[in-house]
Order: sequence, then structure tokens, then C-alpha cells
Amino acid sequence: MTTTRSTPHLTVEGGVGDSPLRPDGVPKLRGRFDYASDLVSEGMLWGATTRSPHARARVVSIDVAPALAIGGVHAVLTADDVPGRAVFGLEHPDQPVLAGEEVRFWGEPVAVVAAEDDDTARRAAAAVLVEYERLEPLVDPEEADRRDDVFRRMRIRRGDQETRGPIVVEGHYEVGMQDQAPLGPEAGVAVPDGHGGVDLYATSQFVHVDHEQVVASLGLRPEQVRAHPTGIGGAFGAREDVNLHIHLCLLALHTGRPVKMVYHRSESFAGHVHRHPARMWFRHEADHDGRLLRVEARVIIDGGAYASTTAAVLGNACYFAVGPYRCDSVSVDGVGTRTNNPPCGAMRGFGAVQVCVGYEAQMDKLARALDLDPLEVRRRNALATGDPMPTTGQVITTPLPVVDVIDSLAAMPLPDAGRSGSVPGGSGLTTDPEHVTRGVGYALGIKNLGFSEGFDDSAQARVRLTAEGLVVETAAIEVGQGLATVLAQIARSALGVSKAEVRHVDTSQIDSAGSTSASRQTQVSGGATLEAATSLRERILDTHRGDDLSDEGVMRDGRVVVPMAVLAGESWEETVTFRHPPTTAPDENGQGVVHADFAVAGHRAVVDVDAELGLVSVVKVDTAQDVGKALHPEAVRGQIEGGILQGVGLAIMEELVISDGVIRNPNFTDYLLPTILDAPDVEALLIEQEGSWGPFGAKGVGEPPTISSTSAVLAAIRDATGKDIDRAPVRPQDIAL
Amino acid sequence: MIVNFTLNGEPANARVVSPVSLLDVLRDQIGLRGSKSACEQGECGSCSIVLDGDVVCACLVMAGDVEGSEVTTVEGISSGDVLNGVQAAMHEAGAVQCGFCTPGIVVTATDLFAANPHPSTGEIKSALAGNICRCTGYGAIVRALDSLAGRRS
Repeated sequence: MTTTRSTPHLTVEGGVGDSPLRPDGVPKLRGRFDYASDLVSEGMLWGATTRSPHARARVVSIDVAPALAIGGVHAVLTADDVPGRAVFGLEHPDQPVLAGEEVRFWGEPVAVVAAEDDDTARRAAAAVLVEYERLEPLVDPEEADRRDDVFRRMRIRRGDQETRGPIVVEGHYEVGMQDQAPLGPEAGVAVPDGHGGVDLYATSQFVHVDHEQVVASLGLRPEQVRAHPTGIGGAFGAREDVNLHIHLCLLALHTGRPVKMVYHRSESFAGHVHRHPARMWFRHEADHDGRLLRVEARVIIDGGAYASTTAAVLGNACYFAVGPYRCDSVSVDGVGTRTNNPPCGAMRGFGAVQVCVGYEAQMDKLARALDLDPLEVRRRNALATGDPMPTTGQVITTPLPVVDVIDSLAAMPLPDAGRSGSVPGGSGLTTDPEHVTRGVGYALGIKNLGFSEGFDDSAQARVRLTAEGLVVETAAIEVGQGLATVLAQIARSALGVSKAEVRHVDTSQIDSAGSTSASRQTQVSGGATLEAATSLRERILDTHRGDDLSDEGVMRDGRVVVPMAVLAGESWEETVTFRHPPTTAPDENGQGVVHADFAVAGHRAVVDVDAELGLVSVVKVDTAQDVGKALHPEAVRGQIEGGILQGVGLAIMEELVISDGVIRNPNFTDYLLPTILDAPDVEALLIEQEGSWGPFGAKGVGEPPTISSTSAVLAAIRDATGKDIDRAPVRPQDIAL
Repeated sequence: MIVNFTLNGEPANARVVSPVSLLDVLRDQIGLRGSKSACEQGECGSCSIVLDGDVVCACLVMAGDVEGSEVTTVEGISSGDVLNGVQAAMHEAGAVQCGFCTPGIVVTATDLFAANPHPSTGEIKSALAGNICRCTGYGAIVRALDSLAGRRS
């Protein structure tokens, strides 16, 4: 029998393209949502960490007796108490669970304690007597490069290396160390299961990789550890790496009691990786029309004491060093150094942010050298679908609307010159409005979506039809971006059933969804959800010879043939592991099909600058962004506005100040975050084009807003001041002196 | 010492044996964890509460000092499952992402609207200048509260 089936109900209520309310909105608004720091468990102890006060030192001895002597202290553990693998690491295990012989960065954990309450635990952690012999820390990345103390070197050579152009611009650029500063601190509870195993509920972007590392260091079998997704207050890359996870499980198994730990903010700054600071040199050569003939770049990013994701971040920095522009003669050399500075790793934009500061300053220099409009020089070089990537040679097969981004920005109206926004300096009233100069700057950025370089990037999702409606099960982490909302939308649209919810299940119940990073979950966990839901629909309709599925049940010729109540009792479920198009590792010249997909965005910043005092107010940031298909337009806008403000933060205020390897501003008083008064107005234009492999053509949208917004603000400050601003963040002395 | 105060309209007390913040007492002793701890030094506003009519950071209030005071936390802002105007407007506008700053913003904005039902955008921003949000870029929060104040955004 042949049946004609309708296509899935793209118009189902709460489906894709709609902007349904987020399911966790009401509990979050009422203060009833459980974050990791809110969890409690019957009979739980509190954990705390003893940290190194030195950037580098030999551990001569550790005396735990004074800590154990404090009433209410149940355990004090050191490196000797780690039963399994002594080290952990997201890509290359090289970081001690607890430092035993040498501490290599300020704040490195040396001991952990468990006690009856938080206060006692912290007092005990401070009472652990560690004798250190201080060693000279290596803190200069260029010196580390000379000593070949590096995590990775990258070399990209593409095209004729002898090509030269008549118009040459050159520059050195620097990007400071930014912190993700998620508002929710690192926190968690580990609960022993009474059979030698443990359940972990802790802040994470990737529970399966936490699970893997806990299992290794505790010397347990995989089935003895369950890592549970839990509520977390933001992430932005800071929660990919293990910090308190292994410690909590160690303490819980050692004491036989649940153990909770919550980092204070100063510990949080020491306890998670940061955005890599970068030093860069670029030389662009072009013809008299401004077309790029040759781009050369050298990039040093400092990985700090341990590997984390430095190798991958360096890869990105090098692959995107030319930006979204055509060029057939490219040379990029990069190095990710190992020093005694704080470890750096993932942060929103992942290497693409730093180089954008360099290549976009260069494009503006080129425009000035040729007396061209900054958007015109970009338009003449715009990369497009079908072009090879200037660095890797990979032919771009998905939509890449660079020209559309440029044209959209050009068409957006500028704010009135007289707009009375907040003046530079804000409520300090230090600025004389007569001396405020306005500037306008543009920047474009490009980044990969999903994991690259041959990594087997998979995500599993399960879709079930139950009496409560559709249930999507996943271990993918909702960090606040709206993943739970969008997966439910995808399931609704694919099945034609409007009642759907997402359940975050632990590592024993489902395979990995991969990390909530690289702008990837909507595409990969969304892809798994779409395939599972589509397959479920086909199987249901095949079984019941239906031609459509709706909230009423299985339909045939417009009539209900199996009511939903009956259908839901039949245990329908489908599990799918989704993989994006395969990628390859680069060859010795950095060539290959290294990436699965790309996204481009552009920003135009308008700033008011008090050049005498070196103060900046970012008045407006307009953007056009390549989104493929906006599955939840309001959430896309939320990602764009939030990402832009993090970019503005990096442009004018956010920097971890490090001296001799020590973070000098590990608190929210001295590490400045943009407030509502610092936030510019944002107009966003979403560019939707079909052809990407994400569900319904969706592309990841989380990172592009952060990539070029920083560079656009820098360009605007240059425009306002006429100064060669060559670093982010721009400090008052960079403008006023 | 035992400290007696009014919490969300009900009598409450706390046993205070050491210098401890009101935030820690609310969260760890009384079990009201809606007020969040994110910076411990009054910079982020995640623990905003109303103390005797003023919005303050609970992390900066010594628990021993609230004898006889009236304290309102996010849990006491609305009754049952019904959202108040600020909460509903924020929900509708997509002003919640990770939500860690949300309770503090709800408390602060509710206090603003109680005193001034039609604040200007500038007044909204000034009131929320002490509440840091790391996710939203504040756009949806401003749109939500602008619309509650009767302005289209």
C-alpha cells in the first residue's frame, strides 16, 4: 500500500522558527532553580582546597596534621591519595590532580579537605602546612618559545610563497587574558553509592569527558561513576576542563559521605582556564585595488602551565588568521607556549577572537593606505562559498554570506550624532562633553562550527513518545543558551506533536553529546534529535499505516486512527548518534578539509571617546550574522547581544592582570565586567541561507558575536582618536598618553 | 546569639555564632537558596534582597545586624506559581539565560517598579547598575522592563 505523507509540521506550536518560552524560565525567575551551588545531600560534608601561593615552586613537604587536628575535619588528601591516574587534561592529560612534587601555577591545588561545614573546611585547607622551595617562574611566552617549551607549533603555507604586492601594511598586536567570568561559581556534590562508586553533580559543559577523567584518576570501572548534568550559571568555555570534579569524588569515596564544594570567586579565577593572551605580527600585501596578494602572520598564544585545549586554540588562531578574505599566498606560523602563567583554554571564540584583532586592524590600515572605505576593501576581498579557505585550501561548500554581511552593515542607519548616551566615565562626571569625539569602526570575523582536525565529533540523543508527550533525552549541557528549548522545538517540528520536553540524563543512560562548546550543540545534538524524531515518525506511520501524526494521534485521510493515548502506551523511542561531515587533520603545511562548517559575522561599533582621560563609551554596536536558519529567533538575539557585550568587555575593560605568574585582580571589584550602563544598544540582522548541514539548515550562533565585536570597537576608537590602537583591552593610557 | 527578623512576611530566626553574612544564613541555615552567591563582595548583585525597604547585597549584611528587620528575598517576591509583573515581563522577553543573576534582578526591578511604575529607560538602567548579567548583554532585560513601564521596545 502506498500512502502519501505530509511533510513534518513546520507550523506546529512551539516548533522551529517560533520563539517559545524557555522551560526553566519560571523556576529561574522565582529562585527555585537548582544550580550546582544550591545542591544539598543528606549528611553531606563540605570540601575546600589548599592552593599554591607561588607560580612555581618545589613542594618540599606537606604536613596535613594541623588540618586534621581541627574538630569536624574528616579528611585531608594529597597527591599520594590519588588511587588512579595522577594527571588529567581535556586533550592531553598533563595536569596533576593534586600537585605532589612541583607547583606550576599560582593557585594550583595541593591538598583537598572535607569537613562538617564550609567554614571549617576552609580553615582546615588554610592549616595544611606546605613547605615550598621557590623556583624562578617562566612567565614570558617569547622566552618559552625560544626554549621550545611549547604545546604546539603550527605552520601554514599555501600558494606561491614568492608572491609580493605593491601595497604593504604591517603591524604588531596584542590581546590580554580575558576571563569567562560565568556568574555561577564552580560547584558540585559527589555522592558515594555505597558500593564503591560515586554520583557526581557538578558544573560542566561536557559530562562524558568529566566521567572519563574521574574514572581514570579514581581507578574505577566506568560503570561505577555517573556524571549528572546539573544547573549551571553560565560557562563560556570555563567549564570544559575538570577542576573540582575529581577532588569531590576522591573526598566522597574517602569519607563515605556526600561532599559539596563551592569555589569562592577568587578560587574560580584560579580554578578555571582563561582566554589565551596573544602577541601577533601581520604583514598584508595587496595590489593597487586593495586585493590581497599575500598575508603573513606570526601568532604566539600563551597556554600557561598545562595543556588544556591550547593545541586546538592555536590551530584555530592560525586557520583564521586571514579572516573571511580571499588570498592565495599565505604563510602563518603559530606557537602555543608552556609557561608558569595561569592555564588557558576554551573561551567563546576559541582562538578566532585574538587573530581578528590583528587581521581587522590590518584591513583598516590597507583601506587607509589606498584611501578606500573600510567596508569596500573588505568587499573586494570577501570570501564566498566555492572559494578555498585562504589558509587550509579547504573549499567552502556551505553558505558563507560575507558580502551580505558587509552590505547589511552598510545599509544599517547610524545613530544620531547628538544621541545622549552615557558619557565616557559614566557617573564619575569627569568628562567634559565638549571634548568627546565620536568614532565608527567595522570588523568582520569568521570561525569554524563544531570540532575540527579529524576529531570524531558525535552527539547522541533519544526521542521517546510518552504519556507526558515527547521526551528528548540528552547529556548535552544547557548552560543558559537555550538548548533545552531548541531541542524540544526540533522534536515538535519533526514529529508534528506540540507537547515536548528535554530531560538531561546522566552518563550511564546515554552516550556522549560532546561538549557544549564550539557553537555546536544546536547543530549536532539538534541533528541527533531531528534524525531520531524523523525516524520515530516514519516508524510510527509505517506501523499504523498513517499519513500524518498530530497531537490527536496517528492520522489517515484526516481522521484519527490511533489516538495519542493509545500510541503513547506503545513505548516508542529512537536513539540516534549524529556525526557532522568528516574532517581531516592538517598536513605538514596546514592544508586539508580541517573544518565541518563556518559562520561569519560583522560588527559596526560607534564609540564616544574622551581622549584626554582615555575613557570610552560604546554607544552602539550593529551586527549582521550568518545564522543559517534561526530556530529560535529570540534566543539567537540573546546570544548576539550577550556575545557582543563580552566582546565589548574585551575591547575596553576585561583583563586578568598577571605579574610574575600571579593574578593580581581575581575578584569582581578589580576584574571589570560590563554593567547595564556599559552596554551599547544593539541592532542585529540575521542572515538566513539554506545549505548548512545543521537541523533545518541551522548554524551555531554562540561564538560569532564575540569574534569581531572587539575589533569593531578598537576600530571605532582608532577612528575617534587617530591613534594606532594595537591591543585589547584598550586602557586609558593607550588613548591618553 | 539568636537573631529574630521577618523573612518574606513570616517570623524567622537564625543562630549566629560567628561573623557570618545574611546571605550565608539565608542559603545554608534557612535553606532559601534563591539569593545567589557569585562574588562575595557586593559587586554583582546576585544576592540582592530588600532589607527594611532598601535593596542591598545580602553578602554585605552581617546576619547579626538584622534583629527586628524585615527581609524580602526572591522567594517572597511573588506568591505561589504566579509571576509578578517583572518576572512575567522578563520571561516573555527572553531576559533569562543562565539565570544566575535573575533573582537579584527580579528583586531590584520589583523594588524599582513598586516605587515608580513607569520608570524611564535611564531610570531602569540606573536601578540595575549593580546587577551584573554575563549572558544577555542586558538587551532583553531592558526590553522587558521598558514594556512593563508601558513603552514599546
